[in-house]
Amino acid sequence: MALLEITGLEKVFGGIKALQGVDFSIDEGEIVSVIGPNGAGKTSFFNVISGMFPPDGGSIVFDGDNLAGHEPNEITARGIARTFQNVRLFPNMTVLENVMVAQHCRTKSGLIGSVLRTPRQRAEERMIEEKAKNVLAFFGTRLAGYRYDQPAFVLSYANRRRLEIARAMATEARLLLLDEPTAGMNPRETIELTELIGKLRSERGFTVVLIEHDMKVVRDVSDRVVVLDHGVKLAEGSYAEISSNEQVIEAYLGRPAESETGE
Amino acid sequence: MNLRKGVNRGLITGLAMSFVGGIGMVTTFNNKLLIDPILTMGYAVLFGIPFVIALISTKRVVLEGVEVEPHGAGDVLFGAVIGLVGGVMTALYVLLINAVDLTETFPNMGPPTVQEMTFHQDLYVGMGLLVLGTVVAATIGGTVRLIPERVRQSLAQGLLWVLAFAFLELIVEDIFEFAKVVTQFIYAQNGGLTVASATVIFIVSAALAYRFRGGASVLRQRLVGTDERGRSFPTKLALLLIGVGVVVLPMVLGGVVNELLINVSLFMLMGLGLNIVIGMAGLLDLGYVAFFAVGAYTTAVLTAAQSPTWNPELGWWGALAVTMVMAVIAGIMVGTPVIRMRGDYLAIVTLGFGEIVRILLLSDWLKPYFGGAQGIRGIPGINIFGQRISGVDPQLFIYFCIFFVGIAVLVSYRLLYSRVGRAWAAMREDEDVAEATGVGTVGAKLLAFVTGAVLASFAGALMSAKIGTVFTNSFDVLVSIIILVVVIVGGMGSIPGVMVGALVLIGVLGGPRSPGLLAEFSQYKLLIYGMILIVMMLKRPEGLIPSARRSRELHHEELTQDAWLDKKGQFSTDQAEEVPV
Amino acid sequence: MTAAVEVKPTKTRRFRFNWVDSFLWFIRVAAIITIIVGFIGSIQLFLAGEGPTLQQWRDLVISSISQGAMYGLIALGYSMVYGILGFINFAHGEVFMSGTMVGYVAANLLFQAGMWEQNIVLSLFIVLIVAMSTSMLVAMLVEKAAYRPLRGAPRLIPLITSIGVSFFLQYTFAGLFGVGVRTYPALPESISGRVVILGVPIETTKLLVIIVAILSTIILWYFVTKTRTGRAVRAVAEDKEIAGLMGINVDRTIVTTFAIGGAMAGVAAIMWALLFRSVDFTTGFLPGIKAFTAAVLGGIGNLPGAVLGGVLLGLFEGTGPLLILAGLGIPAVSQLKDAVAFIALVLVLIFRPSGLLGERLGSEDRV
Repeated sequence: MALLEITGLEKVFGGIKALQGVDFSIDEGEIVSVIGPNGAGKTSFFNVISGMFPPDGGSIVFDGDNLAGHEPNEITARGIARTFQNVRLFPNMTVLENVMVAQHCRTKSGLIGSVLRTPRQRAEERMIEEKAKNVLAFFGTRLAGYRYDQPAFVLSYANRRRLEIARAMATEARLLLLDEPTAGMNPRETIELTELIGKLRSERGFTVVLIEHDMKVVRDVSDRVVVLDHGVKLAEGSYAEISSNEQVIEAYLGRPAESETGE
Repeated sequence: MNLRKGVNRGLITGLAMSFVGGIGMVTTFNNKLLIDPILTMGYAVLFGIPFVIALISTKRVVLEGVEVEPHGAGDVLFGAVIGLVGGVMTALYVLLINAVDLTETFPNMGPPTVQEMTFHQDLYVGMGLLVLGTVVAATIGGTVRLIPERVRQSLAQGLLWVLAFAFLELIVEDIFEFAKVVTQFIYAQNGGLTVASATVIFIVSAALAYRFRGGASVLRQRLVGTDERGRSFPTKLALLLIGVGVVVLPMVLGGVVNELLINVSLFMLMGLGLNIVIGMAGLLDLGYVAFFAVGAYTTAVLTAAQSPTWNPELGWWGALAVTMVMAVIAGIMVGTPVIRMRGDYLAIVTLGFGEIVRILLLSDWLKPYFGGAQGIRGIPGINIFGQRISGVDPQLFIYFCIFFVGIAVLVSYRLLYSRVGRAWAAMREDEDVAEATGVGTVGAKLLAFVTGAVLASFAGALMSAKIGTVFTNSFDVLVSIIILVVVIVGGMGSIPGVMVGALVLIGVLGGPRSPGLLAEFSQYKLLIYGMILIVMMLKRPEGLIPSARRSRELHHEELTQDAWLDKKGQFSTDQAEEVPV
Repeated sequence: MTAAVEVKPTKTRRFRFNWVDSFLWFIRVAAIITIIVGFIGSIQLFLAGEGPTLQQWRDLVISSISQGAMYGLIALGYSMVYGILGFINFAHGEVFMSGTMVGYVAANLLFQAGMWEQNIVLSLFIVLIVAMSTSMLVAMLVEKAAYRPLRGAPRLIPLITSIGVSFFLQYTFAGLFGVGVRTYPALPESISGRVVILGVPIETTKLLVIIVAILSTIILWYFVTKTRTGRAVRAVAEDKEIAGLMGINVDRTIVTTFAIGGAMAGVAAIMWALLFRSVDFTTGFLPGIKAFTAAVLGGIGNLPGAVLGGVLLGLFEGTGPLLILAGLGIPAVSQLKDAVAFIALVLVLIFRPSGLLGERLGSEDRV
């Protein structure tokens, strides 16, 4: 059974039909890219799946449960986490705290436990910190050591993107939705992150859906590619297949061209 | 030196000085001697204005890449100009109110004010002195920047200590009650410091400050430690000092001061509670007084023999248990409807709730339960070890207050550095993203409201026991706002900040209906509160003792630009970590 | 990237059980039941001959409308500032109060000079000008000193500052004018009394208030829609940054907005003087909050909404206690008048924060 099965997803904003009956499915352990020209509805797609907006139609079945209409924090607890197109960290919290907060849906200490510092609460805090460090270690030394206690806003742009991914990882989700993770990075950082996305699957067992504009990343990392345009799924297949698909090329460029699209 | 700016500032000075005179502040404040016989509080405020304005006006704004004009004679002259313009304007004002009787409209602009502002001299002599004094004060203000920094700071310390001794006369006298000789030396017959003692205090503290430059940070290190996560906590030394102080001080201080400190502690308790709601969770609650009322009235109804309708006459502690439950319910009832509201609407709705509660408690409709305008009387105090303690023994009662403040501090710190505290911080920063990260904002907000409500209800229960009666006029919006000012002045989200804020504001200025250390402030208390709030918001919104996070939040832009250059001047190694391809 | 303009999504219901939503439904139902039961009870009282007579009801309605008109004028100030700068100007109530206090001084002088009696129309006009000028001045000063430095700060900061300003103004006036209550001189015989319009006797004061309100609203409407400055105000309210790029002097327009709000509050001050006659330094607080309620009720940022909201609030607050609460058997309902207004505030903000006629927010504040 597919991990995430979406059928006929619809979303309307005022007069704009952002999503018009999108079908999508992904199996556990896959890495799928969602591409499409600007305005195609890709971020709306993520917004609806992650619960920020309820869908106007269709179903979102994750691991057998229909998640449509649930609150975002419930969906995260169920196992879907995301990053944002324009990095949205908690800028004044430290790097470590940003990641520790992600554990909120997996932990339980409340008012009483925190105030009384019960053994269970203390053990839980230790565990939260360890897990956070473990997740940050995924990025090597970039977000480790003295970085733990730096407020997030001092980080460089690339590090902020990494931290956002770390935060999503730390929710112990099964499915990660990465919204343009390499946007704004220089070529070296992009290559590094492309490798890391692969490792998200191979080392940490995540299933990944990513929105991307950089076709090299799409080519290097995806098992499959889904193309959206004007709220509809235009095509689906391997990178080779869709990069030679005439409809896709037309959607991007508007006229027949060489097979290598984008730079 | 910018002449136009100088004149401008001078006019503002004149306006402010006339204002202060015209509302009668100078007259009233002159009843309090700071240094007998040369300085009264009224004149200190009056001439403090040109001093401060000149001081502020000579501050140089350091912009990157722009050459800064060094301080010099220009500043002195600048100060003199401000003083001259301001002084003349004020003198003309005095002339005006002397010539024209405006007292029907402006009752405070009569002969007493004229008298005070001309130093009880002949009109023109007085006016001349006024101008002279203003010029001198402003010139000194302008000169301050010329003094080398270390000396300047020492002088400021000296001044601070003199003022502290002058204001805290009552407390010092209480402490040294056993050694009246000491206080007789320090303070003069009519109140205020003697010239001798003022000089001594000034010189000693300035010298010490000079000698032990940086002593403050050493002291701070001894008292406040940081753990490996950079979070601050009180060291053992600090805890010991606090412990000793808390146990010993009430016994040493007299009844009047203890009475005042009880008030301070109640506001501290509520301040800490509101700090959780506003500072930690980011919910601007302007109706916080409603929870205070819930605590006070629940205790009253359950313990007083004269409580109409129900009088189970539980003991205070029993009533406290019920009060906590009521507070939780109240917190949920207030919190639930406002969960989805944006910040400013939330503020107004909570304000509305607060007022609704007050009006209902006051109403004749609910009089059979809550006593209406008369309230409920005959609330017995707190039973402990067979004794019954109420506000009649402030020295004993204060220990209860301290106990509950301690609980509030503990709860605050524990929550701050916990899963709950992190969830609140995330919610405060970006609610949508917090939700996406798995934080249940509904639960978190309710938890904040409930915790704040319970702490406020403690304060209410204590107040009922202390005074023995509850009236609704103690529960109006003024109280909510004063607590808000305390939290903001102290520092939103900063636990020591709120405590210091309560101590300073309620202690010196007084609470909404109770006087502070100086009775002279009573009339102008709320005016000063308003002004403090405005000034803090404009200049230092993070408060006097900011929590590290809040300071970052509010000065975000300034910090981000320099963030890559850390304090020791080393570049961050972010760039250096680039992996060579 | 998705659509270039983030439009607020259509309201689709979350299809899951939710404590919060059920609590809100409970409140809705309770409110409706209370209103219906109370209303029926009042009708019963009326039919039984207890409670107010029809004439008393009629007078009450007229009083409520005139009071509501006053709230509406004050509400304009709140609405405009919120529309342009995105925060609640707590101090606006005190702007209103300053008009009433200084207006009193003028009225008193005119009375003592005998002109009040001789030429009441001119006197009222002079007092109106004085009140309007004072309120405008106070509003503009406050903007310059306390709000302009905070342009661009997170929205709650100017809100808190405005609370401080509100206090400061209240106690400044208390200090300057003293804490005593001042009473405007009574209107001379020549214009007090009742006038019959369409068969309904109305007190001249109340009639005057309603007429002044209507005139002011028309003038304001004309100003905002037809004049150049009015257009600038609307542009800046819509999007400060773009308006600036189009060559509009944003600072000056904001000052103008405050001035207009102040002017309207000044007019309201005269209305207060006509209706209630007594003023002191606390006069601004309650009307201020109620006027804000009115602004939200009509739709914040929406000028006709503010006036409509004011009238509705006046009606609700004036007739509510007798119409609904008395029917429930609650004694001394007039005490609860303010509570009714606050309940209206709470209900509007919870259930319909966008107001009756819809909000008009600046681009920065639109979700």
